[in-house]
Amino acid sequence: MRSELHFDAVVIGAGTAGLVAGTRLAQEGARVCVLAKGVGSTHLAPATIDVLGYAPDRVDAAGAGLEQLIAARPDHPYALMGAELVSVALTWFVQTVQAGPLPGYIYGGSLEHNQLLPTAVGALRPSALVPETMAAGEASSLKRVCIVGTPSLRDFHPSLCAGNLELAGIEARAVSLDLKVERADMNALGLARHFDDEKWRRQFCAELSLALRAEEHVGLPAMLGLRDPHGVLADVEHRLGRRVFEIPTLPPSVPGMRLYEILRAALRAAGGRLVLGAEVVSHERDGDRVTAVATRAAGRDLTYVAPSFVLASGGFASGAIELDSRWVTQDRVLGLPLRGVPARDEPRFLSRYLDEQPMARVGVAVDGDLCAEGAENVVVAGAALPGAIPWREGSGEGIALASGYRAAQVVRAQSKPTAAIA
Amino acid sequence: MSPAGEGNDLFVAELLRGSLDHCVKCTICETACPVSNVTPLFPGPKYAGPQSERYRIADEPSVEWSVDYCSGCGICSQVCPQGVKIAEINAQARNKLKRDKGFPLRDRIITRPTWLGRAGTPAAPIANFTLRFKPFRVLGEKLLGVHRDAPAPKFAGRRFSRWARKRVPGDRAGGSSLTRKIVYFHGCGTEYYEPWEGQKVVEILEHNGFEVVVPKQDCCGLPLQSSGLFDEGRKVVLRLARALREHVTDEDTIIVGNATSCTLMLKREAREILSLEDDPDLKFVSERTYDICELLLELHDRGELKTDFAAINESVAYHAPCQQQGHWVGKPALDLLALIPGLEVREMNARCCGIAGTYGLKVEKYELAMSVGRDLFDQVAASGAPTVACDSETCRWQITHGTKLPSVHPIDYLHRSYGL
Repeated sequence: MRSELHFDAVVIGAGTAGLVAGTRLAQEGARVCVLAKGVGSTHLAPATIDVLGYAPDRVDAAGAGLEQLIAARPDHPYALMGAELVSVALTWFVQTVQAGPLPGYIYGGSLEHNQLLPTAVGALRPSALVPETMAAGEASSLKRVCIVGTPSLRDFHPSLCAGNLELAGIEARAVSLDLKVERADMNALGLARHFDDEKWRRQFCAELSLALRAEEHVGLPAMLGLRDPHGVLADVEHRLGRRVFEIPTLPPSVPGMRLYEILRAALRAAGGRLVLGAEVVSHERDGDRVTAVATRAAGRDLTYVAPSFVLASGGFASGAIELDSRWVTQDRVLGLPLRGVPARDEPRFLSRYLDEQPMARVGVAVDGDLCAEGAENVVVAGAALPGAIPWREGSGEGIALASGYRAAQVVRAQSKPTAAIA
Repeated sequence: MSPAGEGNDLFVAELLRGSLDHCVKCTICETACPVSNVTPLFPGPKYAGPQSERYRIADEPSVEWSVDYCSGCGICSQVCPQGVKIAEINAQARNKLKRDKGFPLRDRIITRPTWLGRAGTPAAPIANFTLRFKPFRVLGEKLLGVHRDAPAPKFAGRRFSRWARKRVPGDRAGGSSLTRKIVYFHGCGTEYYEPWEGQKVVEILEHNGFEVVVPKQDCCGLPLQSSGLFDEGRKVVLRLARALREHVTDEDTIIVGNATSCTLMLKREAREILSLEDDPDLKFVSERTYDICELLLELHDRGELKTDFAAINESVAYHAPCQQQGHWVGKPALDLLALIPGLEVREMNARCCGIAGTYGLKVEKYELAMSVGRDLFDQVAASGAPTVACDSETCRWQITHGTKLPSVHPIDYLHRSYGL
């Protein structure tokens, strides 16, 4: 007895790449199911769309930077997709956010100009698209800023952030506000919940007003609510009489949770299914094709049969690609061949953590259509792709978004063998 | 427990425990925990689970008491991207804590729905009156610790199994020939409180050509398990597994239930949390148990579900209970309800209704459970839907308590739409 479920396409992974691929497929009328072991990387990342920040020097316009990168690095994921596709995917994303469940909440920016936004330590990070709640933190418009923290949020140090912004030439100071929350170990999510409450917000603004000076922008840890960040931002700015912006925090990421909700809702609205807790534990093949994957559901394994699969399971961070204690590197999801694994006599790791680590470029080997080597109907998207080092390049979300979008195109083209891949 | 059982216990507990090494402290479980998001009493699944577990030593007293506030909803394990068995680790820790502290009499009573059902059914009008009579509830709170305002289900005064025994099989099948046998696990909620739900299940299944067998059955042991009474829970669930297995006479026969938390108990929780992986009867039953919506959607996906659905021009709010999500099959009810013409389904996006079986009945947890449910109640109100569909009976009672709106199983709409 086996439970067998049939779909036009099955997507593995519910991070940005997987949700975008699933949504696009569903929007095109495919019966699609997104399977994920758990919630993906959205909840951990700042939720800005960083397309290209460093190559290796800081990039001012991601679009122009892309052209150069593509010319210089034909093995880079962007080179497989092309700059035009990145632009199309970004436009789609902006529209999807706008049509999403958070009223009025939008992303802004372009490939012409990277915005420099403060991180939690006060470094300036280049992003192509940012949520409106972060927009006022753009370094070029930031003359005087007050970074506000609270002792309850122990992973956010306003003086560290302000100190580093000072070094970047911005007049910055820090204020620590005792928010008198009842728990000692509050995270940004707990505070976001408070910000959703109008009464609490009023109290917060009243107290903060006393500490503010004229003409100062206010930088807060990213916690301006989950339900209605657009409304919360407008309300807080109105009450404080100045521009306010969010600074990404350590996980959990409140803007990341909003992004997940937007993409999840888009998938559902398009008729796609999402199954969480569905770890892919085995698969079946017929020659060069994967014919089915099985997940461990409660009580029994479920078999998902489809003509095409999108592998958006992430890289080393998610555990989908593994370097084990015997120095064997493998794709733990479908056992596909990898690319970029250093040879036995080559260095795997460099001594400094943030160096250009050789292992970091490892990913599932793909052809020019992102199809996996040895499995022609598996299209790879996101951090599972080889050739990029997202945290050095500032390219993770751009790759996830564009490759998720591209993967859906390739799957659709596969299902219509006569049509050229659009 | 026998010494052999204890050995197995330790082994399974160690397997669950071993999963904590996969925890990368990403906090995704904390974003999803219904309880820690509303109270400082529970510091969250990561803290109470993988972090505290490192300090828990066999035969030493419990180090950390907040885990008693974990409601056992299981969402943390579902969202964990690294496969840590957070909820299961916490269930083990809670059991140990309860054994250290001793079990209150209350936990031995409210975890026995079969006893309560048998006692209450013949005297339903009196029992129902008493359960809604404030002075009695105040007394119950003082003596037993069951909160005076907690939602108490109404005894139907008749038992589902009587109806099932008396009826003529296929009398509402509308000419469908009953070609495939299916074993129906109705659970205590259907037996004593909502027998009509069971009738609808039977009629929908017969409409789709199933011959429905209703074995004599009792509780699945979930309430015992969730209150930490593991030994008692094991006895109860194994008795049920044997009763169901007896009726599975061929390889193709499957078991279906409409109480989603109870089918999950059979499928996974008893095996993992009660360390019963090795029991052959439970394994056999577990592998072929379906939640009703899971089964119907699977039939539909295979083109085997009848789709003679008449329009229902209404809107309904749907809440997928935590335990339904623990089946790890998505939200099949959403796709089933979408098959009904005219029905406008509004998916609620709240964590949990708060009740978590018997958690929200307890005097020290009632207010907490209501705060957990607040988000859902508010979303239901904002949706404007006149009715809430939800797969779990205790959740439905809590939702009705919190929203003052009727709450039904999603199959109610299918039954109506079929015109049965």
